[in-house]
Amino acid sequence: MGEPVITVEKLSKRYTLRHQARSGLLRDKLASLLRNPFQQIRTARATAEEFWALRDINFSVNQGDVLGIIGRNGAGKSTLLKILSRITEPTTGRISIQGRVASLLEVGTGFHGELSGRENIFLNGAILGMTRSEIRKKFDEIVAFAEVDKFLDTPVKHYSSGMYVRLAFAVAAHLEPEILIVDEVLAVGDAAFQRKCLGKMEDVARKDGRTVLFVSHNLDAILRLCTRAILLQAGQLRSDDRPTAVANIYLAQKRDQQATLNLIGRPRSNNLRQRVTLISLHQAGAPTKTWSYSFGEPLGFCVTVQACDGVEALELHYAIFSAAGAEVGSASNLVNNQMISVASGVTEISFHLPHLHLVPGDYYLNLALKSPAGLEDFLTEVVRFNVEVSAESAKYGVDLIHAFCVPESTFTLRHFSSP
Amino acid sequence: MSETTSQQRPAALIIEAGRTERHYWRDLWRYRELLGFLAWRDVKVRYKQAVLGVAWAVVQPTIQTFLLTFVFHKLARMPSGNISDSQYPLLVLAGLLPWQLFSGAFSGAGNSLVSNSHLISKVYFPRLIVPLSAVVVAFIDMLVLLVIALPYAMYEGIFPTWRMLLLPVFILGTMIVALGAGLWITSLTVKYRDFRFISAFLLQIGIFVTPVGFSTDFLPNWRDWLALNPLTSMVEGFRWCLLGGHTEFYERGLFLSLAVTAIMLLTGLWYFRITERRFADVI
Repeated sequence: MGEPVITVEKLSKRYTLRHQARSGLLRDKLASLLRNPFQQIRTARATAEEFWALRDINFSVNQGDVLGIIGRNGAGKSTLLKILSRITEPTTGRISIQGRVASLLEVGTGFHGELSGRENIFLNGAILGMTRSEIRKKFDEIVAFAEVDKFLDTPVKHYSSGMYVRLAFAVAAHLEPEILIVDEVLAVGDAAFQRKCLGKMEDVARKDGRTVLFVSHNLDAILRLCTRAILLQAGQLRSDDRPTAVANIYLAQKRDQQATLNLIGRPRSNNLRQRVTLISLHQAGAPTKTWSYSFGEPLGFCVTVQACDGVEALELHYAIFSAAGAEVGSASNLVNNQMISVASGVTEISFHLPHLHLVPGDYYLNLALKSPAGLEDFLTEVVRFNVEVSAESAKYGVDLIHAFCVPESTFTLRHFSSP
Repeated sequence: MSETTSQQRPAALIIEAGRTERHYWRDLWRYRELLGFLAWRDVKVRYKQAVLGVAWAVVQPTIQTFLLTFVFHKLARMPSGNISDSQYPLLVLAGLLPWQLFSGAFSGAGNSLVSNSHLISKVYFPRLIVPLSAVVVAFIDMLVLLVIALPYAMYEGIFPTWRMLLLPVFILGTMIVALGAGLWITSLTVKYRDFRFISAFLLQIGIFVTPVGFSTDFLPNWRDWLALNPLTSMVEGFRWCLLGGHTEFYERGLFLSLAVTAIMLLTGLWYFRITERRFADVI
């Protein structure tokens, strides 16, 4: 292996969360200043809460390394990538980077729906740091990779979402940086396209010997691509080792849970309305600390939500993901053709999945609350639960099944005697 | 940097708190193509679904010209000196050119960070590119209007003179005024969205305290006050260049307004630069 191209020393990033005056409206500032000019400084300190997204991170990356970064949501992965790509500054610490960096934190950053595919290739390329002549040189390759040659002069707003993502990834994949930083971009697109992207990333790493930093929830992809991995937990570096070793620590860490999970302090994205919020979650029936269900047993969850005044109708959506990150199934109360009506205060909602015969293994639950006004609350990886083998599963022969679930099936016979 | 040093191992990029300063201006130069692309995107997108297309850059100022002529010349009977009645619209148009340039650049730059927030939170580039590209867009709009205005002036009997050569100076001056003010507004808007409304309000006042619809030649008592508005000199400069000496030029006012312009640009840059590192966290 070569010499270190990235050295991160004692890196920390602090965010200040303001509980009051969250909107940042000038009105709030002025009003509180007028109300009590002397208290202003004191209350400001009281309502501001410090939050360390990253704390004392040290690691280095060698030339040619493919480094996987794993961790739960809110562990600081995205913050780390944002600092490495210079979008935001660290609070303390120092990073030294040797070589040209390109970062791909989102597929299709800066794509504009009104512009044609051709125009967007140039625009997006420029945004990602390519020069006009570089883009021109790569243009045909990009178009071929994205398979959009027939629609080059169509505005991308008319593209199917698959085409859009393919084009966006194609532009980014043809950057030629010495260091490539990629965040969770493989979560989009269909399976064939994901394979193609992984293949392209493998090429970049193996053939060209470039350095890649790669965040993903898809452990399979990490294990396949990476030569090394680091695990972040609550902003701290928990482990830095071979990918398999780190993945095992990560999986073990996720199993360590409470019978009733408090969801109030979970990290959320900031575009949520939050007039109704998820408060807690436990297993329906007899809650267990291990969150295990035996195969064939109906899955049941019990979620409590807190609502403000004025929210009446509510939709609860859930999705189940495999441990490796594939979506197994999702539904909402709309399938029963009913809205959940909530009064202000706390409401408990339970839901059951009687017939989903999940194959033994680990799964995640995502939850979302929607009201007619929009998305109220959304949490990913709310819980990791486990489906265990049982006498029932032996009967089904699940150890030979590579799918996620065993559909309830009936077989009927009609026998025709030979003429 | 010479060819040989860039062949060797380039200096490492150091990321530290408060260290963004170092390569800023060099990066700004490196990302100059992005400046062009962003301006090109905005121009292209704006007219993409409009039936009249670029004509919109002309329709609105034309109507404004005649409205202002009517209000200031016909109703308020502002004196016009050695400008004939039929040439009064030209006096207005010559004032409207820098005003359009300013208001387009100012409101564009003022909104630029918020309207490009999806870029700011996902990609690194010197953020100054964003308001700069808004100024470039306004400049392109003004060029369109200028191309229309010149034949009209000739039709009214006013031909370009050597003074036209100084026009780029005033165009640049107007853009700098707009950039200085726009930088303040856009950095403040990132944190306080109130400044969107404040900038719209400022523009509404601005068209009256800037001598767009009238000439300052006949308001000697007010000249120094009007000159505190840096646009006043830019408007007078445009008139002086375009109308071939039919209007006076007030030199003392020019120095006053250059001073105000310089202060606005420097403080605007200063405030933008100190708030810039927090944009991605706050936006």
